[in-house]
Amino acid sequence: MIEVIGLNKSFNDRQILFDIHAQFVSGKPNLVIGASGSGKSVLFKCLVGLLIPESGQILYENHDFLSMPYDDKLKLRKQIGMLFQNNALFDSLTVEENVEFPLKMFSSMSAQERKHRVNECLSMVNLVNSNHKFPAEISGGMKKRVGIARAIALNGKYLFCDEPNSGLDPLTSRVIDDLISQLTADLHMTTVVNSHDMKTVKDIGEHIIFIYQGKKWWEGSKSEIDEARLSNPELNAFFQASF
Amino acid sequence: MNFFTEIGQYFLFLRLTFRKPQKWSVFWRILLLEMYQIGIGSLAVVALIATFMGAVTTIQTANQLLTPSDMFPTQLIPKFVVGTVVSTSSILELAPTITCLVLAGKIGANIASEIGNKKISEQIDAYEVMGINSASFVALPKIVAGLIMIPSLIIVANFLLMYGGVLATKFTSALTYDDLILGARLVFHPEYVRIMMIKGFIFAFLITSLSAFQGYYTEGGALEVGEAGTRAVTRICVFILFFDLIIAQIFLGL
Ligand SMILES: Nc1ncnc2c1ncn2[C@@H]1O[C@H](COP(=O)(O)OP(=O)(O)OP(=O)(O)O)[C@@H](O)[C@H]1O
Ligand SMILES: [Mg+2]
Repeated sequence: MIEVIGLNKSFNDRQILFDIHAQFVSGKPNLVIGASGSGKSVLFKCLVGLLIPESGQILYENHDFLSMPYDDKLKLRKQIGMLFQNNALFDSLTVEENVEFPLKMFSSMSAQERKHRVNECLSMVNLVNSNHKFPAEISGGMKKRVGIARAIALNGKYLFCDEPNSGLDPLTSRVIDDLISQLTADLHMTTVVNSHDMKTVKDIGEHIIFIYQGKKWWEGSKSEIDEARLSNPELNAFFQASF
Repeated sequence: MNFFTEIGQYFLFLRLTFRKPQKWSVFWRILLLEMYQIGIGSLAVVALIATFMGAVTTIQTANQLLTPSDMFPTQLIPKFVVGTVVSTSSILELAPTITCLVLAGKIGANIASEIGNKKISEQIDAYEVMGINSASFVALPKIVAGLIMIPSLIIVANFLLMYGGVLATKFTSALTYDDLILGARLVFHPEYVRIMMIKGFIFAFLITSLSAFQGYYTEGGALEVGEAGTRAVTRICVFILFFDLIIAQIFLGL
């Protein structure tokens, strides 16, 4: 479980996140939704320690990530897989090598085992026959899938997906959603997914956090969202704009 | 960012960089690749410049010392003196300093833009999230490779400078191969080689670490990556010249 307490983040006097409190539970996907520019990616980067918030705590199983020594952070991060909004694939490595990279760095697998695991991950995201292409040679949706394959390669405990299905066709989007929710349940991961896609919300939104202008505006599950819309104009506007 | 915060940040960056690699097998592989890129990749340009510079230095020195003038009748200056001037200036200045100024432009700009590009495309962030010390991962192999290959290139440059000088003697009747070599032998001093190598290691460290530093803290987009490259090269050149002066004063100052 990940718990966020009183998180504030600003850039040069411009506050982006205001006093965010949230809990991300294990075993089912946690969705963070909100308009473009509302601060979702910034929240993600704070969660994984790429940005340092001015105040607040981020507890991974009750251990504060922010006050940890650097080496402990590195250890914890081995448990974290992240899909970046613009993929952040290693451009000098092929698709296969990208997915293999975390295995090479952190596992004691043999080359044979690594190859097996790489192909397993790539087939999980429906990406076959592209093993030897470079990131510059594949489509945006394919890059996303490589990013996901790389994030799950090590079987970590935490998975962060910053817009896993933007740029994917609706069919692959569903596949990715199902994959994320399946992995989360099977491996009992703590998964945080950031999405614009209302279908995703309808599909796998067991736990939803709606961010509006840097504040946590609403929290609930997909079954509660229809009722909440009635009394929450911002949520309603966001929801309706998606269809 | 002012000068002092930048210096401070540079040392913090070095502290992050000089850590035990997380996986030696990966480190060695990257190191070999970097050594190839830095060493073999720069060999041609270093060879070309050293040979020409050696020839030009010889021709010009011979011209100055061996042209009859009122002040110094030619007979007063033995021809081998040209060899002593060419060889000492090669060892002490041309081979280490000029070579490294050239390499600042080639290797420095390359490292800064490569790391800068990794930074703006969030590949550095991706390393960090995985639990990899990104500064060490991207910079350490380059710095170590530089410390091995750049001094080696300087040694090659030194030989080729003399070779350029030898070539020049073929085009002039004023000076022979024997004059040149005699002069070089007469003043050869192992201490000079030591100074050359000290310069080589210091300059190699400056080239690789300053450029990695500039790349690592790039913010923004493609434009800023280009700026980081330029900034790295100017910083490196200034510091090379500064340390050149310091070393000359320490070891050779009277
Ligand atoms: N490094 C930064 N420096 C300054 N401002 C930043 C930085 N990163 C993000 N911001 C600002 O923070 C705000 C929120 O950005 P963020 O990327 O979190 O939006 P988002 O909710 O992820 O939007 P999208 O859905 O479009 O990805 C934006 O206004 C952005 O300008
Ligand atoms: Mg975003």
